[in-house]
Amino acid sequence: MKKTLPFLLLLGALAATAGAQSSGNVLVNAAGATFPYPIYSKWFDVYHTQHPNVQINYQSIGSGGGIRQLLAGTVDFGASDGPMTDEQLSQSKVKILHFPTVLGAVVPTYNIEGVSAELNFTQKALVGIYLGTITKWNDPEIAKSNPGVQLPSADIVVVHRSDGSGTSYIWTDFLSKVSDDWKNKVGKGTSVNWPVGLGGKGNEGVSGLVKQTPGSIGYVELIYALQNNISFGKVQNASGKFVKADLAGVTAAASGAAKDMPEDFRVSITNSSGAATYPISSFTWLLIPQHLDDATKRDVIKDFLKWMLKDGQSYNEGLSYAKLPKPVVDKELKAVAQIQ
Amino acid sequence: MSTTATTIGPAAQPSAGPRAFLNRLRSGDEVAHVLTLVFAASIVLITSLLVYDLWANSGLSRAKFGWMFLWTRTWDPIFENFGAAPFIYGTLVTSIVALIIAVPLGLAAAIFLAELAPRKLSDTVAFLIDLLAAVPSVIYGLLGIFIVVPLMRTTLGPALKHVLGFLPLFSGPNYGVGFLTAGLVLAIMVVPFIISVSREVLLTVPRDQREAALALGATRWEATWQVVVPWARTGIMGSIFLALARALGETMAVTMVIGNDPKIKASLFAPGYTIAAVIANEFTEATGDLYLSALIELGLVLFLVTFILNGMARLLILATERGGGRPS
Repeated sequence: MKKTLPFLLLLGALAATAGAQSSGNVLVNAAGATFPYPIYSKWFDVYHTQHPNVQINYQSIGSGGGIRQLLAGTVDFGASDGPMTDEQLSQSKVKILHFPTVLGAVVPTYNIEGVSAELNFTQKALVGIYLGTITKWNDPEIAKSNPGVQLPSADIVVVHRSDGSGTSYIWTDFLSKVSDDWKNKVGKGTSVNWPVGLGGKGNEGVSGLVKQTPGSIGYVELIYALQNNISFGKVQNASGKFVKADLAGVTAAASGAAKDMPEDFRVSITNSSGAATYPISSFTWLLIPQHLDDATKRDVIKDFLKWMLKDGQSYNEGLSYAKLPKPVVDKELKAVAQIQ
Repeated sequence: MSTTATTIGPAAQPSAGPRAFLNRLRSGDEVAHVLTLVFAASIVLITSLLVYDLWANSGLSRAKFGWMFLWTRTWDPIFENFGAAPFIYGTLVTSIVALIIAVPLGLAAAIFLAELAPRKLSDTVAFLIDLLAAVPSVIYGLLGIFIVVPLMRTTLGPALKHVLGFLPLFSGPNYGVGFLTAGLVLAIMVVPFIISVSREVLLTVPRDQREAALALGATRWEATWQVVVPWARTGIMGSIFLALARALGETMAVTMVIGNDPKIKASLFAPGYTIAAVIANEFTEATGDLYLSALIELGLVLFLVTFILNGMARLLILATERGGGRPS
């Protein structure tokens, strides 16, 4: 009992000094997508060392949570792997602007006994496999794009993400674009009603299941596949070419879409045109309110956005994220001025 | 009593002059009575708040789907059609499988440790078991992914199919993940609870009981099985219900090995889904209001399932006690 009193005093003193230190500093709170978290935390960290009085606190709670917290006004800005829907935007009191930050891609990974070749997947093949209409590895739709590969007649075990994720959003967005059947039956979203397959939790859950299960196919983020040396197949793009995902191909997809980029940046770049384009890729966005009451916070956010679009982009490739193409950066820099 | 009250007291009212407060506590039982009552009441308050919150926030989904929610078999976040049936089924099946495996195993181990093993060995093993009970569930999930799933796919599953394949329960493709694997991992997780609590209960059975049975000519096993175990039955049942509660609500370990496919299949090899797992998987990315509301209603359903099973368990205990279960 007697020992606790000095302890409490000490705690109080500590709290008081902490309070004194934080005055004059700017603390910005943000929450949202988990996929870009590694690059965001790098950016916020570097920005903090350059501006010691600015602390941006980002919680990677998921895109859905980020949008909800932004709408509830508990964070200063949000982040999402999928653009906000019109319905969500209409729920917000202030107008919300989308700013693409980096690009991500999703790749098919598989495990077939006796096959070590890099497989080519047509768009039809991927749709058929995930719809459950293609059930054997030696199906003509798979075989015709892989001449010379001895495909077994084994059953295909489909693996997808069980947790709601931007990775599933990009994957289903691509399938919806290339197949009306998929669009009408399943649709696109962070979680969907999968016609077939097993669910693995996270990229590690999907790749773990694929590694262990003979005859399986799954999808993971490109960055995850690169960092963990997971081999993956080529995917047919809109020009009919089979492209293996790499950072340049993803940036190419964004350049292809930059020509007809809408004013609010809410654009899907899956299956966009161009011979070198990797078709299953997407932007990830920061969600910034157009009007902020707190002038210091507003200036900090605007300055951070400008820094992120110029200097920040140079950190991308070290962390396996694709850079934004130049036309998109220019367009975004103009949009930063809209924040008031 | 007074020792608990003195440790609780200052935390509850740090500013009211600790010494005077202590004196009042020492002088009267009333204060202690009120304090303990308040803490006991807070449990009721937390439970009712929880139910109220689940009820209030699931309004949208309850209004749209009504009772159909309980037996609809679709879970479609895109076209906003939600039903809980596959998740209720998965939760019940995995928990039942877990208990079928864990109860005989745990009970036998507890009897050995309490009645037959040398005291030193018993205490050492009991210590290890308490350690097991404290292992985080994600560790059990990893154990499941790397050991139980491959074992199920390559050895255990084919063996079961070979012997019992004629039953619908053990037919169909075996991916390694599914109801049976989840039940097995859950069984490993809940066995420590059953052993630990049952052993303690068996140890409290009075020595007279055993000696009387032995004096009447019972063998050691007869004395254990017919006298000691029935005496401790209520406590053993308690340990089983604790295990059941843990199995019903387990999230992380289950979602890592069950396959996460919301379908109702007769085969135990088939992938399934549980209520706790789908909430954990989809809550963070659920953006639509109805979607969120349906997930919260699933929480309410899980609460109801737990409530009903616990109620049934209590009734079972009452029934066996009335039948003259405990020799006294």
